[in-house]
Amino acid sequence: MSMINYASREINCKIVYYGSGLGGKTTNLEIVYGKVQPDTRGKLISLATETERTLFFDFLPVDLGTIRGFKTRFHLYTVPGQVYYNASRKLILKGVDGIVFVADSQVERMEANQEAMQNLYDNMAEYGYDLTKMPFVLQYNKRDLPNAAPLADMQAALNPGWEITDPAKQRVSPDPTHAGENLIEPLPTGEWIERAQYYEAVAVTGDGVFETLRGISKLVLKALA
Amino acid sequence: MPVGAASWSFTEDDFGAITQSLNRFLYESGARCALLVDRSGQLVATVGEQPKFDPTAFATLTAADFSANDQLAKLIGESDFNSLFHQGERESMYLADVARRVILVVLFDNRTTLGLVRLKMKLTVEELTHLFQQVFARPTHAQGGAPGLLAGADDEIDKLFQ
Repeated sequence: MSMINYASREINCKIVYYGSGLGGKTTNLEIVYGKVQPDTRGKLISLATETERTLFFDFLPVDLGTIRGFKTRFHLYTVPGQVYYNASRKLILKGVDGIVFVADSQVERMEANQEAMQNLYDNMAEYGYDLTKMPFVLQYNKRDLPNAAPLADMQAALNPGWEITDPAKQRVSPDPTHAGENLIEPLPTGEWIERAQYYEAVAVTGDGVFETLRGISKLVLKALA
Repeated sequence: MPVGAASWSFTEDDFGAITQSLNRFLYESGARCALLVDRSGQLVATVGEQPKFDPTAFATLTAADFSANDQLAKLIGESDFNSLFHQGERESMYLADVARRVILVVLFDNRTTLGLVRLKMKLTVEELTHLFQQVFARPTHAQGGAPGLLAGADDEIDKLFQ
């Protein structure tokens, strides 16, 4: 639920990083916190357990620049990765404007990724939000690990696409971040599908972190336009 | 606009009316500061003494606090808790729901009492509820109202991320 504050000339938007435990959601925020100019970000708030697992959420506000005289303020949140904390996961999704799904690329985490994705769809549905109709991107994290699953497998498992029935939207739309790939295209069976944008990342080194943030922020602002 | 991204806007006139109502409340109750926070954690307005803490972080935690307590209420068979009170040795805070979308947070110290704050807050919450109902009833861009602030700003958005 973005809020345009004409009094303070700010546009406020909420972005949530979602995904299974130990996938790198908090790391994404820590990298953003460490690399942006201190005057463009607020405090990084972490509600974590003693073992540094996110208990409720992490939060970081960042300013991404000015459009039409309005400061664009993005509030970045992570959710707890463990299903045990689903009640607090759900609370964080309230009023969300854009979602980043952080997937752990390791083959053995595939099932956990899929469970988290299903859980995201379920939690969104409970609020009446439709993930296929709002800004949503995936980040395939830990691409540097030797046991990382091939991208095609990640896409097939987590981003197979949703069907487009509206003929007006059935037009091939290239993926702006991956040459030769499409976000909207017909399948050999004739049905049209749309996939979410995806980014490859190694969050601990910062690779792909800002590309992901830029990608989702742009989608959120364009949804307001 | 996509489902789940229902936007709302807040004009300078709204800000004027809210400030007036909250200033009166602060004067009558002896509280130090009042903050309005929307349920998704965004700070809407601050009136009275400027807080020394980070108001953005404060707003986020307030919304989380309220949401968590809503769920606790449901677990014990209540639909919600429409107000919360946190008592400290010197500083205390009182939180109240406004129109189911906004939270009014009042900070006060030993110079006043919980009873007075509560009494005066009731009327202010009613006033603010009325005001915010009007704000939320205003048609947004998505509902076929005036074009959004960012309508036609695609190029500017692209430039922001170059």
